[in-house]
Order: sequence, then C-alpha cells, then structure tokens
Amino acid sequence: MLSNIDLLMDSPFTNAQLLLDGLLIGALFALSAYGLALVWGVMNVKNLAQGDFVIMGGYIAVVFAQNGIHPIIALPIAAIVMFGFGWLLYITIIKRVIERDLFTSLLATFGIAIVLAQGMNLIFGPDVRVAESGFETLVLFDGNVTVSEAKLAAFLLAALLATGLITFMKKSRMGQAIRATAQDARAAKVMGIDTEKVYAFTFSLNAAICGAAGVLIAMVWVIQPFFGITHSIRSFVIVTAAGFGNLPGVIMAGLGLGAMEQFSGFVLGAEFQQATVVGVLIGVLIWRQVQQSKHRQVVE
Amino acid sequence: MLMRRAFLSTLALGVAAAGLVAAGPVSAKVEGDTITLGSAISFTGKYSSNGIHAKNGYNIAVKRINEMGGVKVGGKAYKLKIIYYDDESTPARGAQLAERLIKQDGVKFMLGPYSSGLTKAIAPVTEKHKIPMVESEGAARSLFSQGYKYLFAVLSTSEQYLASAVALAAELNKKAGKKPGDVKVAMAFENDPFSLDVRAGVMEDVKKHGLKLVIDDKLPRDISDMTATLTKVRAVKPDLLVVSGHSKGAATAARQIKELKLNIPMIAMTHCESSKIVNKYGSSVNGYLCPTQWTETLPNKDSTFGTAMDYYKTFQSTYEGYEKSVPYQSAQASAAVMVWKDAFERAQSFDVEKVRDALAATNMSTFYGNIKFSPAGNNIAKPMFLRQIQDGKYNVVTPSNVQWPLKAK
Repeated sequence: MLSNIDLLMDSPFTNAQLLLDGLLIGALFALSAYGLALVWGVMNVKNLAQGDFVIMGGYIAVVFAQNGIHPIIALPIAAIVMFGFGWLLYITIIKRVIERDLFTSLLATFGIAIVLAQGMNLIFGPDVRVAESGFETLVLFDGNVTVSEAKLAAFLLAALLATGLITFMKKSRMGQAIRATAQDARAAKVMGIDTEKVYAFTFSLNAAICGAAGVLIAMVWVIQPFFGITHSIRSFVIVTAAGFGNLPGVIMAGLGLGAMEQFSGFVLGAEFQQATVVGVLIGVLIWRQVQQSKHRQVVE
Repeated sequence: MLMRRAFLSTLALGVAAAGLVAAGPVSAKVEGDTITLGSAISFTGKYSSNGIHAKNGYNIAVKRINEMGGVKVGGKAYKLKIIYYDDESTPARGAQLAERLIKQDGVKFMLGPYSSGLTKAIAPVTEKHKIPMVESEGAARSLFSQGYKYLFAVLSTSEQYLASAVALAAELNKKAGKKPGDVKVAMAFENDPFSLDVRAGVMEDVKKHGLKLVIDDKLPRDISDMTATLTKVRAVKPDLLVVSGHSKGAATAARQIKELKLNIPMIAMTHCESSKIVNKYGSSVNGYLCPTQWTETLPNKDSTFGTAMDYYKTFQSTYEGYEKSVPYQSAQASAAVMVWKDAFERAQSFDVEKVRDALAATNMSTFYGNIKFSPAGNNIAKPMFLRQIQDGKYNVVTPSNVQWPLKAK
C-alpha cells in the first residue's frame, strides 16, 4: 500500500491517468444519480432498481451494436424505450406504493430490481457484454496517459444531456410542475397541477435518463445482468452526499466519487474500489448527522 | 437497515415460494430401468455461463451413454437421468438444494455444481448423508484437505492452473539474460476460493523461481472496471501479468488491457475460452496464455466418445454457440458422468457403499484424460495444460513455440 502511494508521488502521469479515468466515468454516475434524486425528491420513492434501469439501457446499446448500428445512435432510442418502460412500471406498480410507507416502496423497487436482473439474464445470458463503439484510444505523453475515445465521447454526451435536463427543468411547463410538486405536492395540487401526471412523468424521465446512462456505460465498461446493484449503490451515495434538487452538487459528487474510486483502487487494490463507495456513504452520513445536531442546538 | 430488512423479507418470500414448488412426488435413486443422478448447478446468477457449459457436458454424456445401451448392472441395462436444480450461484442455496435432492428426491448419486465455492457448500451436505458426489468443476485445493470420503473430482486442482505460466516466464527471462530477482510479476485475483487457490499456486512458483512480486490486487466479485489496477501495471511495468476472475474477470481484463494499450511482455489468465475473448476482442488477445484442464488436440480416447477431437465435434454439432471452442468445463462434466457409469458397472450394485468403494478404485482412461483418485478424492492422473492464443487459435505452448515478448496492439 505504501509503495503504491510512493508510486503516485513519483509519477504525475499516473495521477493524471487515474484522475482522468475517474472524472470521465464519474460523469456517467452523476447522470443516473440525478435521475434518482428526481424520483426521490419529487415522489419520495427510493428506487432500488435504479442500477437495473442503467443495465437495461446498456443492453439496448449492446443489441444495436451487435446489429451493426453505432451505440450512440442507440442513445435516444434507449431513452425513449426506457421512458415508455418507466411509464408502464409507474402505472402498474409504483402508483400503488407511492402513498404507502417507505418500506413498501423499497420492497417494491427491490422486487423490480430482482425481476429485471433475472429477466435480462434469461434474455441475454450471464456473459459480460460490451457495446462495441469502434472508438480508438488516444495516446498522450509518449504512451504514459491514454484516453479511451469512448469515455471521452460518453463524457461529452453526458454533459450534453445534463445541460438539456437543466434547461428542461428550468424552462418547460412540465419541469416547473415537477419542481413545484417536489416543493409541496399538496400546494401544487391546489394550484391545478396534475400531480399524478407529474409523478408518472418524473418516474419515466428517470428511467429514460438511466437508459441513456446505461448506453454510455455499456460503451466504456462491461455490463452483465447482475451489475445493476453497484450502480444503484453509487447513485444512492451520490444523492445522499449532494442532496436532491441540487444538480451541480450531484455532478460534483459524481465526478468526485469516480475519481475517488480510481485512486482508492490504485492505492488499496481493486477490491476496495467499491468498498470506497460504501465507506464514503458512511462518512457522509456521519458528517450530516453532526451538522444536523449542530443545527438542532441552534434551533433550541 | 431498511434495505437489509427489505432484502431479508424478499429472501424469506422467495424461500417460501420455492418450498411450495418443492412439494412434488418423491422418486427413488434407481426406479425401473433408470438411475437418477442429481445436481444443483448454476443456471442463473454470476456463474450461470459456466454452469450451463457444465450442464451441457453432463447432458451430452447421459445422452451418449443411453444411446450406447446404458449402464449394465447385474445383466440389465439401465438408463441415466439427471435431476437439476438452479442454485442461483449462491452457496447457501446450493446447500439447501443438495439437501432437497437427497431427502425429498431420494437421490443417492450426486454430480457436482459449478465452482469451488458452491462445491464447498454442497460437499458437507453430501458427506453428512454419506452420498457420493462426483464433481467436475470445483478445483480448489481446500476441498481435498477436509478428509471427505464421498467427494471425487475429475479435474486437476487449481493451484496447478497458472503455475506453469510462472515457470515459463522465469525460463524465458533467464534465457534473455535477466536475473530472476529482476523479473517482475503483477497479479490480480478475484476474492473467491477458486481464484485464491490459483493465486496460492502462483505465489509458490513465484517464490520457487525467486521472481519479484510487484502487484497483488484482489478483484471484487462483480468486477466491471479494473483500470486502477491496470494503471498500476503501466506504472510498474511487470514482465508477467496474471489475472484470474472467472469469465467476467477475463473479459474485463482483456477489454481494458486493449483500451489502455498496455505493453506487457507476458499475460496469463484463466477462463479465456469460456469468456470467449477471442470472439470479442480479436487480435488484441493474441499471445495470452491460458491454462486449460483439457484440449481437443490431446491423444486421449475412450469407447464412449472416441478421441478428444471426436468429443469436440460431437459437442459442437449438438449445442449451439460453441463454434470457436468447446470449454473444458463441458468436457470434464461429461467425464464425471462417465466415471459414474464405470463405477456402477464395476460395483455391479446400487448399494451406496459398494458404489463409493468402486469410485475410490477408479482407474480409467477417457477422452478427457486419465482418471485416478487420491485418497482425498482429487484426480492425480491428469496434468493441466497451458495454451497460447496464436492468431485466434488456442495452441498448446512450450518454450520453443511460445510467442514472446508481446507488444501492445
């Protein structure tokens, strides 16, 4: 471990490589985390199937790539398909649990997660898959730093999507209605907002965002039917750290988490890469607790 | 806490549902002219690709043996049949299902699951009920140090998997004039019984040859990114990179080594065939060293399948998706069924103890290799083989035909 730190100290290239990889992939984490923040903030549903939506999007890209269509073209299609799928799930399941207590919605979404993972396993099999994008690798600094063009493209697309989302939430009628419902669902209802429709739209939008993120994940990493859970956990960590309704916060937390994973994977070994995610979650929760207790004292 | 509770409740529901389905008719070990074997194996979950390779191997052997007149005991010909349950790649489920096969289905003769981890979970159950199990997919050495009397494995144990790659690296570098202490080895192993056992074998050989260990990373079970480890590889420039993490590990490593354009003179990894890296990553995986339990080019043969090559062709024409290669996981599964047939015919009885003793005395040649069990139950008559991917083909490798050192592609 210490020798790994020495290695980092000695080689600026290694640092640059890890940082770059972390930030590029972190943008994709931020994307699906933002979807979770939306659903959590607006509907108070903690969607445990978040990661499985991501993997579903990934498989759409894989199917396209296998049929010779570039995965980037699959991006809007995956988003549309997943939007429809989200709507269907909302009408059939989520609608019925949204008013119930926290435990019911957790259980329902956990069940959805299991069904989706096993369903994908039945359809696509358990082998790890990749959406071949045909992108090459950029070599910088004499081969000391390499940037996969796929990661770069995914990063740019994620940025584009995030910009689109911000604009949508700020400017469009639906975006405003979603924000109003998040602030106070009852008041929004009184003002004539069809909150039922807002809920359905929010959940579907989240599925669409996840679908898009999944396409990008399938381009830069590998996917497998059971990899959803790690993506779900990442989203939860990011949202817990950043809070909902705070897109810049989510983006920063996503990028930070991506970079942190790479560095901890380097220093502590790959097995701690995911442990870091959970470690960060605990850290954030403790920090929040301390902050809030201070706040409570002030209120008293 | 809540997530955990949600998880537990879901689990309880699932178990209850499975219990309802389980209340079916009770069948016996040998009924009429049918001998029933049982196996809990992974059809879903992370091991399901190899679980299915193994199931296909079991089935093709059952089919062939039945077509050739079945198992002859006491002047009568019996057909073989296998009851399968899906262990979902989880050890706890595997143990439950083994219990169910033995107690509810009355199975007296077991075939193994896929992976050392699952075999470790099931072996105590079969042992407790004194039910013999012939397994073909659990290679961890620790399976054969428990004093099990009813466990027999047709494959070579896992510490032998990559040891020969280390020896090869030592030899080649020595010839090239490098001191052993300057030959750097980087390792990345999944944190599961099998891979850790492979690691133990590699460690022994690294020590024996006096090589220098520079990276020793463990990979998580659901590995989808190993750029951090590989970035370290770029920084320390090892002479040999060793990776073992079942099919997902091999696929992830192959992809990212290509993507990072790493220059590593020698790369060795397990599960090359079953992860289909040649189909996926083409020429970028040329030169990878891959250990195998079996290869179709071996001169082995038997009266059931013919030569190793005959088996290979029969398998390809029976199942879809094996055009490029037949994984050794399937071949050894077939061998396990052949061991059962041989034991029944030598025992001339279905008495469990007599059959167990016949299993222990097994000494046969098959297309898969020779099979003879040590008192601990592992096969001591068959070596591991090391192959190299050369122009997309798997060729058995020796110091004279090895392609080395490799260049980044």
